Amino acid sequence: MFEGWDAVVLARAQFAFTMSFHIIFPAFSIGLASYLAVLEALWLATGREVYINLFNYWLKIFAVAFAMGVVSGIVMSYQFGTNWSAFSDKTGPVIGPLMAYEVLTAFFLEAGFLGVMLFGLNRVGPKLHFLATLMVAIGTLISAFWILSANSWMQTPTGHTVNEAGQFIAADWLKVIFNPSFPYRLVHMVLAAYLTTALVVGAVGAWHLLRDRHLAGPRVMFSMAMWMATLVAPIQIIAGDQHGLNTLEHQPVKIMAMEGHFHSHKDGAPLILFGLPNQSAGRVDYAVEVPKLGSLILKHSTDAPMAGLDTIPRENWPPVAITFWSFRIMVGMGLLMLALGLFSLLMRVQGKLYDSRLLHMFAVAMAPAGFIAVLAGWITTEVGRQPFTVYGLLRTAESASPLAAPAVASSLVAFIIVYFAVFAAGVIYLLRLMAAPPHPGEEGPSQHEAPIRTAGITPAAQGAGS
Amino acid sequence: MNVAVDLATVWAFIIAFAVFVYVVMDGFDLGLGILFPLFPEKRDRDIIMNSVAPVWDGNETWLVLGGGGLMAAFPLAYAVLMPALYTPMIAMLLGLVFRGVAFEFRWRTTKARNRWDIAFFGGSLLATLAQGIALGAILQGVHVEGRSYAGGWWDWLTPFSILTGISLVIGYSLLGATWLVMKTEGELRDRAYHLSWIFLLAMLGAIGAVSIATPFLHVQYTQRWFAWPNVLLTAQVPISVAAITALLLRSLANKYDYQPFFLALALFALSYAGLGISMYPYIVPQSITIWQAAAPENSQLFMLVGVAGLIPLILGYTAWAYWVFRGKVKPESGYH
Ligand code: HDD
Ligand code: HEM
Ligand code: HEM
Repeated sequence: MFEGWDAVVLARAQFAFTMSFHIIFPAFSIGLASYLAVLEALWLATGREVYINLFNYWLKIFAVAFAMGVVSGIVMSYQFGTNWSAFSDKTGPVIGPLMAYEVLTAFFLEAGFLGVMLFGLNRVGPKLHFLATLMVAIGTLISAFWILSANSWMQTPTGHTVNEAGQFIAADWLKVIFNPSFPYRLVHMVLAAYLTTALVVGAVGAWHLLRDRHLAGPRVMFSMAMWMATLVAPIQIIAGDQHGLNTLEHQPVKIMAMEGHFHSHKDGAPLILFGLPNQSAGRVDYAVEVPKLGSLILKHSTDAPMAGLDTIPRENWPPVAITFWSFRIMVGMGLLMLALGLFSLLMRVQGKLYDSRLLHMFAVAMAPAGFIAVLAGWITTEVGRQPFTVYGLLRTAESASPLAAPAVASSLVAFIIVYFAVFAAGVIYLLRLMAAPPHPGEEGPSQHEAPIRTAGITPAAQGAGS
Repeated sequence: MNVAVDLATVWAFIIAFAVFVYVVMDGFDLGLGILFPLFPEKRDRDIIMNSVAPVWDGNETWLVLGGGGLMAAFPLAYAVLMPALYTPMIAMLLGLVFRGVAFEFRWRTTKARNRWDIAFFGGSLLATLAQGIALGAILQGVHVEGRSYAGGWWDWLTPFSILTGISLVIGYSLLGATWLVMKTEGELRDRAYHLSWIFLLAMLGAIGAVSIATPFLHVQYTQRWFAWPNVLLTAQVPISVAAITALLLRSLANKYDYQPFFLALALFALSYAGLGISMYPYIVPQSITIWQAAAPENSQLFMLVGVAGLIPLILGYTAWAYWVFRGKVKPESGYH
């Protein structure tokens, strides 16, 4: 199946494959955990039954998505050692502690309170249960903090020195953690997770409204999700723009690849909208471009000079076509999200939020947009930093384990088969859960637990009773 | 230099602790999966699943801490051992994928439930075998050149590693059976007692076999265990094993609820201490010591702060979660 691929290429394919599967689930569970915390808080504050129904409805979905996130994540953490052992030896002293802190501050927190969140409402009462939900939600955010810090350090390494064994060691931990691209990446990724979740919640709401526009649960979730899209999509675009400026400063070669700038432009670079980057010839074929706009966006001046890949030795070029296209897919998705947000705002203002079939169909169609944008964004980021794993300092080819190609090829085939079988089943179960609307008296994962039914009682009533 | 030496030992104990907590917590959890086929009734299986559903994720997180901690505190050991154990590691990860998703998936389908029950069993068995084999492979030593692994990708496969693999399957089954004794009632519990007897006897055989085989791997192991005056100390281990076994047999005969599980844990702790006696101070036996593999002092110190503050907290809320779900599992509680 993989004849002619060397062990490094196979290891890269394996990392890209397993990572792409993994990130789908965190992108959804980070957003959903926060959404669940908001729903439970609203239930506690208002006592309205619709909120606890929605909470229990999304809780079952969360449980399935979270389990898939956990098992695919454990694979990631061991993959550093199995496939990238040279990388682990050299960078372990710097990114190892960051990931250890992720385990200590985030994974344990999520896992420790997950059981209570899923099954414990009747055992601990609403207040402590809300605390558990909150801890899980905070845990997912802390996890994003550390893992993005580790990844950002690999993109824009600072605060380190190298010892005699060739290992990176930290000189200043604060500089390592808060490296230059980290704040941008953290904001961009957390917003991405929120948007991704909002689009799924909105699509599920819209799907049920298309059947019956009077259902209470779908109305509430659709409205909440559309607020999210309206408010966060523009913020995300601004954050992305800032992220790009930061990348221009610290990883200019990546920007050249994203923009398809093979040539330097002395007085104002164009913005290439579309085209076919031709890496071997060093040009973009069939380019559709707007003159000077590239410099305007990146340098805020139409005539600012911009260097191109022709100033960089070829062996340091990233794969241009992948970076170029994945970036455009992400931006395209972002613009569509903006359109959805504005359209829903217009309908809301006109009082037609729950009646516009066109809006509902648009929202349903946008369900996968967040996932697509997240994947495209990561591909831009990761492929654009090639051929390095630690930018400018450690090459990907020098990072791999001393393994024979057949070993890596067999494990890659095993991952492909298992992931498609297991996660396809999981996605089917998720879609099945979403296909039924939330109904009054919706039960959480533990329905038979106690004589009293959670769904029917308000927190106030329970407080009085206990 | 002095500080670094101490730090490396401290970290060796921390990693050993994380791995031990993992073995204890995920051990019974994986053991339940291995015992699954012996309980064909749906009702029994529901109870077994529900007895760990709220805590399995926390149990597995200790594995992430063990691996992640190894990379952070002893990067060289991590970089040498992981490629050396490539196949068992990948097998373990895939096994954990199957059994992990089964916790959720089996409630989401009636038609394919049996398939996820098989996944739960197969995944648990595969992961356990792989862990046991990995342990044996580490004990027998790996081929190192410079800073990297220099052997082939099937070097781990020897009769000894197969023996340790099977032994771990037996050991986890014992933990699983005694856990069921503690968490269930009635006929299910009676069967769990019966299984505890069987796996206890098998476990004693396994401990014996591994103990006899280990000294043959390296002279160092022989000297460590039998040289005078070491033997005065090391002899405590088999003596304690005998004592714990006697207590365990008594608690099974008297049909105690809690004792069997905790005594089985004690048996694990002793085997684990034996392992430590064989290995220390090597982290990759006979080639890399903990001091050679240690990350620079400032990395180990930076993490030590977090570990000292956070592990007690983690143990605290983990204990709370177990407390919330304490007592016997009722057939109708938990997941639908
Ligand atoms: C921006 C977010 C993000 C990113 C980039 C990653 N993860 Fe992740 N990961 C999470 C956000 C997350 C999470 C939200 O915390 C998860 C998802 C579902 C879950 O259970 O926790 C998780 C789960 C998860 C777990 C299981 C934790 C447990 O046992 O509870 C591990 C071991 C990893 N991840 C490891 C990794 C590694 C090694 C990554 C990089 C190579 C990585 N993750 C990228
Ligand atoms: C979360 C979303 C992520 C996705 C979708 C992703 C995707 C990818 C892809 C596609 C590659 C291959 C690039 C190439 O070979 O051309 C890659 C490489 C790599 N990534 Fe990521 N990545 C993600 C996050 C991370 C994080 C958080 C880390 C580290 C903490 C990381 C570490 C690496 C390493 C070490 C490589 C080098 C191996 C290689 O070049 O293939 N990645 N990633
Ligand atoms: C439309 C405007 C957007 C712009 C201008 C933009 C800009 C960028 C840039 C420049 C990067 C690469 C940074 C680097 O590697 O140095 C990036 C990465 C990324 N983008 Fe976007 N983005 C936009 C929209 C979105 C949307 C809508 C999503 C998801 C919902 C998204 C998700 C991501 C993710 C997950 C990454 C990888 C992680 C990271 O490096 O932050 N982006 N984006």
